[in-house]
Amino acid sequence: MDLDALASCLASPACLVTQTTSGLIIGMLLFLVAVGLTLIFGVLKVVNFSHGAFYMFGAYFAMTAYQLTGSFALAILAGAAGTAILGLTFERLFMSRVYGRDVLMQLLVCYAFVLIFDDVVRMIWGPEFKSMGMPAAFQVPPLFIAGGVVPPYYLLLIGVALAAAVVLGLGLARSRIGKVIRAAAHNPGMVSALGINTGLIYGGVFALGGMLAGLAGALAAPVRSLTPGMGFSVLIESFIVTVIGGMGSILGALIGALLIGLIRSFGSLSFPLFTEGLMYLFMVIVLVSRPTGLFGKEVA
Amino acid sequence: MTELRAGQGAQTLAPPRIEARPQRYRDVLIALAAFVVLALLPMMFGSKQLLDFVIRCAAYGLFATSLNLLVGYTGLISFGHGMFFGLGAYGFGLMMQKTGVPIPVAFLVTLAITCVIAVIIGAICVRLKEIYFAFVTLAFQMLIHSTILSWQSLTGGDQGLRGGIPRPPFLGIDLSNHLHLYITSCALLVIGLLLMRQIAQSPFGYTLRMIRDNATRASFIGIDVWRAKLVIFVLAALFAATGGMIMALFVSGAYPEFAYWTISGEGIFINMLGGVTTFLGPMVGTVLLLILNDTVTRLTEYHGIVLGVVILFFAIGLRKGLMDFVVEWFAQRRGEGRG
Repeated sequence: MDLDALASCLASPACLVTQTTSGLIIGMLLFLVAVGLTLIFGVLKVVNFSHGAFYMFGAYFAMTAYQLTGSFALAILAGAAGTAILGLTFERLFMSRVYGRDVLMQLLVCYAFVLIFDDVVRMIWGPEFKSMGMPAAFQVPPLFIAGGVVPPYYLLLIGVALAAAVVLGLGLARSRIGKVIRAAAHNPGMVSALGINTGLIYGGVFALGGMLAGLAGALAAPVRSLTPGMGFSVLIESFIVTVIGGMGSILGALIGALLIGLIRSFGSLSFPLFTEGLMYLFMVIVLVSRPTGLFGKEVA
Repeated sequence: MTELRAGQGAQTLAPPRIEARPQRYRDVLIALAAFVVLALLPMMFGSKQLLDFVIRCAAYGLFATSLNLLVGYTGLISFGHGMFFGLGAYGFGLMMQKTGVPIPVAFLVTLAITCVIAVIIGAICVRLKEIYFAFVTLAFQMLIHSTILSWQSLTGGDQGLRGGIPRPPFLGIDLSNHLHLYITSCALLVIGLLLMRQIAQSPFGYTLRMIRDNATRASFIGIDVWRAKLVIFVLAALFAATGGMIMALFVSGAYPEFAYWTISGEGIFINMLGGVTTFLGPMVGTVLLLILNDTVTRLTEYHGIVLGVVILFFAIGLRKGLMDFVVEWFAQRRGEGRG
């Protein structure tokens, strides 16, 4: 425990900028994973316990595409599109069989796929740590903002994630498809009676959630090491995010993710070994004061 | 909302007393018979592997059956029950290493510590709705896991408690002797199962079933749902900790994996495998999973895929556990015989 480190960092603008940006990128990646989780829960009423696997696949797809084509844009696309297809397949073949069944069954099917997906990755890409490397376009000197070091790639990452948040928020609120999705979340029976294919909506939402997690994985690939099982810690963290923000709330996911990101980056100064513990403590505090999360409704 | 106390509300649900007593005698007799059979096992088969297998079954069986008190009887899907398994192992190991008290004292103190922690965690968790409950218990599990990893001076961090756990003899029972350890584990298993059976068949056990089926109605009748859930959460934690202590004695140490989430996942899987509608389902599941694990790890390094496919088979294909299946099959046959 080293509270002086935290105090001296808070006093210096350079350190403040560095820690805040690193907190922001953790938060933004978590947001992309958590928002898919919360969307799937909001519409399909299942908790996708295997959501971390989509993050993992996104990263591995991006790495392979980057190695094959050398284009970073294609790598991001491969990560997002690949996991969208995977999500759709997974939902239609397996998850759709456990809708409305008890939570235990849903958890078990997902648990089975956590085990299977991790082993599939181990089979295809091997058990060792992999790294994709920073794409050439971003191998430039870092920017200095108020004396703090900010790699340009971080700005791209934050920008893409923010753009995704805005598109998603506006799309759900304004577009026709968005309205149908919100209606399906509210009353699937009525939506289906009005002649809308709810199976398609469910599959689409699951694919969208998977795609967002895959996008997060692809964006994380240059700055994180890739390993089978990398999805699980992300899953736990993004679950904490959705619990803090409130299940089913996109704004809640954004706020929760940013809070967790900042707690992680500043907490690591004072409690290097207990940063994870800090997150859990924070979640407990939120839950004790507001059992449905900061932005959750009573329905969850 | 609740003016009546939990116990008073529960009495209306109690099964007729006349039936209850003979059943208790029957349970005790079955337990005694099971213990005698287990105790005679080493004389018939001298193989150390078999005894090791039974000890592991005892550790995981107590853990899984206690989880069934939550999942099957109360409808509380805990995804962090493994934390109490880990707490038991670490609490007991640390107590023996640091203080050198006699084993039964360490056993009881560990149970007391587990009880306090379970009350705190349970008080926060049990009022949450099912999916929140599942993941908040999981988060607590990870909190305890990361505490164990980060508190290196006490727990040895990711290396675990090493250097062995001293096991001084007590009243002629020497737990460093493999046979004594085996008999003690069997005794703990049988006593633990018997106690849990009594809980499940008691009026309180029927209160729990009612909470599972319709919590709102239970609270209208005057049952303090929150308190009943908390009580069973703590009781289940104590049995899980006992399982953890057997494990710590068996491996003579404690490792962070004991407190990792996969233990909880396996516990849920065991319950599914054996079935949650019968009391002994989790025990059957434990034996199945351990056999499965041992065989699969021997055959392939990708045992996640095999386990995953087996889980899918049970969850999507069979839609119930093995014991559920067997019980239903027998019921059907009996029905046919009569008809």
